[in-house]
Parts: sequence; structure tokens; C-alpha cells
Amino acid sequence: MEWLQQLINGISLGSIYALIALGYTMVYGIIKLINFAHGDVFMVGSFIGFYSITVFGLGFFPALILSMAACALFGVIIERIAYKRLRNATRIAALITAIGVSLLIEYGVIYIRGAQPEAYPNIFSNKSFEFLGAQISIQSVLILSVSVVLMILLQFIVHKTKTGKAMRAVSHDVEAAKLMGINVDNTISATFAIGSALAGAAGVIFGVYYTKIDPLMGVIPGLKAFVAAVLGGIGIIPGAMVGGLVLGVVETIVSALGFSLWRDAAAFIILILILIFRPSGIFGKNTREKV
Amino acid sequence: MKKSKQFWPFIIVAVLVYAVVQILISTEIINQFYSNTLILIAINIILAVSLHLVIGITGQFSIGHAGFLAVGAYLSAIVTMKLHLPFVVAIIVGGIVAALAGLIVGIPSLRLKGDYLAIATLGFAEIIRIVFLNIDAVGGAAGMQVSHLTTWTYAFVCLVITLVVIVNFTNSRHGLAAISVRENEIASDAMGINTTYYKVIAFAIGSFFAGVAGALFSHNFYIIQPSQFGFLKSFDILIFVVLGGLGSLSGAVLSAILLTVVSTYLQGYPETRMIIYSLVLILVMLYRPKGLMGTMEITDYFKLWRTPKGGGQHGK
Repeated sequence: MEWLQQLINGISLGSIYALIALGYTMVYGIIKLINFAHGDVFMVGSFIGFYSITVFGLGFFPALILSMAACALFGVIIERIAYKRLRNATRIAALITAIGVSLLIEYGVIYIRGAQPEAYPNIFSNKSFEFLGAQISIQSVLILSVSVVLMILLQFIVHKTKTGKAMRAVSHDVEAAKLMGINVDNTISATFAIGSALAGAAGVIFGVYYTKIDPLMGVIPGLKAFVAAVLGGIGIIPGAMVGGLVLGVVETIVSALGFSLWRDAAAFIILILILIFRPSGIFGKNTREKV
Repeated sequence: MKKSKQFWPFIIVAVLVYAVVQILISTEIINQFYSNTLILIAINIILAVSLHLVIGITGQFSIGHAGFLAVGAYLSAIVTMKLHLPFVVAIIVGGIVAALAGLIVGIPSLRLKGDYLAIATLGFAEIIRIVFLNIDAVGGAAGMQVSHLTTWTYAFVCLVITLVVIVNFTNSRHGLAAISVRENEIASDAMGINTTYYKVIAFAIGSFFAGVAGALFSHNFYIIQPSQFGFLKSFDILIFVVLGGLGSLSGAVLSAILLTVVSTYLQGYPETRMIIYSLVLILVMLYRPKGLMGTMEITDYFKLWRTPKGGGQHGK
């Protein structure tokens, strides 16, 4: 039952990717910007969770909620300061700014607290139970259930609330949404807030699951979550979830086969194959380009 | 024509600069530290100009330039250290293999546009880095010992060749075709320009010179490791081009000189350096998205001084 074990590990990793990928995909869907700083919001969320557990002595759930709230605020600040002015700029200018913001956050955190890694405190017992011959730890069950709950919550917000309706309208057509009386700026900020909160949650979960965090931890998961978003079809919310899970499982299989050093390459190879053969992703529809 | 008028003065200035610096180095008026900085400046200018050809002239947004730098660095190191061939051969091999890598990466990924292309090149650069990380013959993560062969002469000759080739390419009809791809790909396609061909050619030439820079780079540092060629290195090269102005060769050269000097002085404070770099990048994009020089060249400013009346339309 080795394979079931690996599958479960892959799904746990994939659900973290999926949570980050959701933020990417929502932001891309609404303002067509690859928010490179998203991986760093994830890192900041992880550190907020770490300090609220170790310094303030909070439990897992209060720390998770605190981290999500702080990241939501952080995401809105980033959007208001850096990206808002670039609404009408070229895509390349926006992309370069996003790279700049990402590096600023990384090295700002290193400047403030140093580059040394931290070990996440062990909040859950290492108990595990057997299921069809595979060892399943309480942690991975918890991670999975938290991510599933957050994704259901996201679906609820996007499809059943007024903000969600506004978000869908703005991502469909900004000008028309504006004419219908939707406050586009606030809607974009709400998108950043929700996406960043999910990244913050992913940060705390990542810390609990992998125990080691450092200021540059967001770079690789951030890029891979982007791969997941592209894989599922960028701008499509269920696509990001599926893409994240697929990527997590593929990576785990690659390392289980004994190519763990090639694990990072696997994600990028998937990215390039997808971009070349099906740039709109698994769930995407081909849109015709108009001149 | 214009380029032939500029060619000989450029060569004379280049020879003069070379002679002066070489005399200063051989009479030890400037010490090891400064001559090393000069070599580093030359390498960075080659990198900046090669990326300028891809981003500034052809308008293809590549953020994986460090991958080609890595190819040149490793291949040239293999030529000198394992095959014991002369350094000149190593530079040429590094450049050619990097150009081949550029073709392999460019042909599939240049079908993509804008941010998708950026991400694809980033992905390819990471794959190149991971490949070197996994080849034990080149030392894996521990890196590879390389003897110090790069001198001011090698660096400067490569720099001059790079500048001449890229300036001539830009001014030729091929360069004009590349610029038309940057300005409007669909329109230039409609004018009968083979856009894919020019994009791939520009990418391959850019990769060639990145490989040359890689050869100089690896023989300047005694050791090369895959971690030196990560995303941050690509970003370092990108900021030269962006700060100088997308489409301005002299802007790329100037910002490469400026930022190399700044980062040499901030060597002891790597975080401060990165914070300054990223702030510069954000502020330039927010307040002057064209970069310091826009698409102007230094020589354009000379012309403005000579004929102040005609300057109006160039302004800003």
C-alpha cells in the first residue's frame, strides 16, 4: 500500500499548492496580472502563524485566522500601493513591478529578522492511524480538511455573495461592470484580500506540515502554484484546485520513483508542455484573438 | 550611411579605452580590486546588451537569461578544465552551445506571448539549472573548480565584439524587422515579415552573447555552482535592461555600469542591495515605465544639443 501512502502525501502537498494557486488565478482572472508577490504573501502568512503560536501562545486555529486576516490586509496594501497605478500600464510593466514587490518583501523580511530558518512548533500529536494499510497522520487529515473547508467557503463567496458576483462581473468585463455601478477598485481589493488570506492559510498549513520555514520559502511554492494555476486554466477557480492537486501528486510520484532531485524540474516541464500544447489549461476554453 | 559613420569613431574610442585601462593595470596604478570590477562591468554589459536585444529590440519578454549564462559558463569550464583546450575555444564553444540552447528553448516558447512567454523562459532557465545540478561530472550542487583565465583583454575584446554585432544587427534590415515585431506583431506579420524567424534569431543571438558572458564569468570566479544561476541572476540582468530603458542600448550599458559599481560597494550588505534593487525597479515602473532613457540613445542627445529646434518631438 506504498502507493496509497504516496497518493495521500501528494494530495496533502497538492492542497497547499491549490490554496496558493487560487490566489494567483483569482488575481489573474480579474486584472490579468501574474502576482509574483503572492508566494511571498504565503511566506509572510507562515511567519505570522509562527510568531502567533510561539510568541503569543495561540492555538492552531486562532493562529490560522490571525494569519489569514493579516495577509488579507497585506495583500490589499500591496495592491493599493504598487499595482493600482498600473491598471492601464503595459503587462510587462506590471509584471516587472510584481517581481520587484516580491523581492522587496523577501529581502525586507531578511533585513528585519535575518535569513535563518525557524522550526515550526509541533502543535499536533504525531499520532497516525492505519487506513487500508497506509499510515495517515492526524496532521495530513487536518490539513486536507482545512483546505477543503476553505475551498468550499471560497466557492460560496464567489457564487452566492454580492462581492463574489461583483468579482465575476469585473473579471468578465471591467468596463461593463463599471457601467453597472460596481465599484471596480473595491472589488479588485476584495479579490486580493481573499487570495492573500488563502495564501496566509496555506503558509500556516505548510509550516505545520513541513516544520521548517525561512524568508525565501515562498519562491518555489509560489512558482509551482502558478504552474498549478496554468495547468488548471488560469482564471478558473476549480481549475486551480485540480491543478494544485495534480501537481502535488505528480511531484510526489516523481520523488517516490527515486528522482527527488528532479522534482522541481517536473513542475516546470509540466508548465512548458501545457503552455505549448494547451495554453488555456485543462478547464480553459480557447478564446479567439481579435485584431 | 549612419552606422558606417559611427563605426570607426567607436572603434577608436574602444581602442583608446582599452589602452588606457591596460596601461593602468600593467603599471599597477589601479589595483586588483578595481581591475576585477572593470572585468565584472564588461561581463555585465555583455549580459545587459544581449538581453536588450531580446527584450528591448524584439520585445520578447524573457526572464530566464541566467539559464543561457549557465550553459556558457559550464560548457566553457568543461572545455578548459576537462578537455584542456585554450580559453578562446572555450569562449566560442560556450557561445555556440548557449545559442543552440537558445534555439531549443526559443522555437517552442516564442509561440507564446507576454507573461506566458516570461513564465516559460523562467521555467526553462530553472530546468537548465536543475540539469546542471544533477550532472555529477560538473560537480553537482558543490560546484566545479575553474581556473582564473579571464583578463581585462579577453573581457574587453568580447565586449567590443558584442556591441558591434548588436548595434549592426539593430541597424540592419533584420533589426528593423525585429523592431517592427516589438511595435506590433500582427501588423508586421501583415507586412510580410516572418515574425517567428526574427524572434528566434534575436533570441539565439542574445543567448550566444549570454554564453560568451558565461565563459568570462566562470573563468573569473574560480568556482561555479548551479545556485549562482538561479532566478535572482536573471533578475539582475533584467534590471539592467529595465532601468536603462526598454529599447535603449546605451541605457542598458549605462545602467549595467552604474548597478555593477553600486553592487560592488554593497557587497557586504546583500540584503540592502536587493532592497535597493527592488525599490528601484518598482519606482522606475511606477513613475517612469520607459526606464531612464526610454528608447533614446546617447547619440540622440548629442543630436538634440546640436539642433535644439528639432528636439521638441523627441522630448520625454
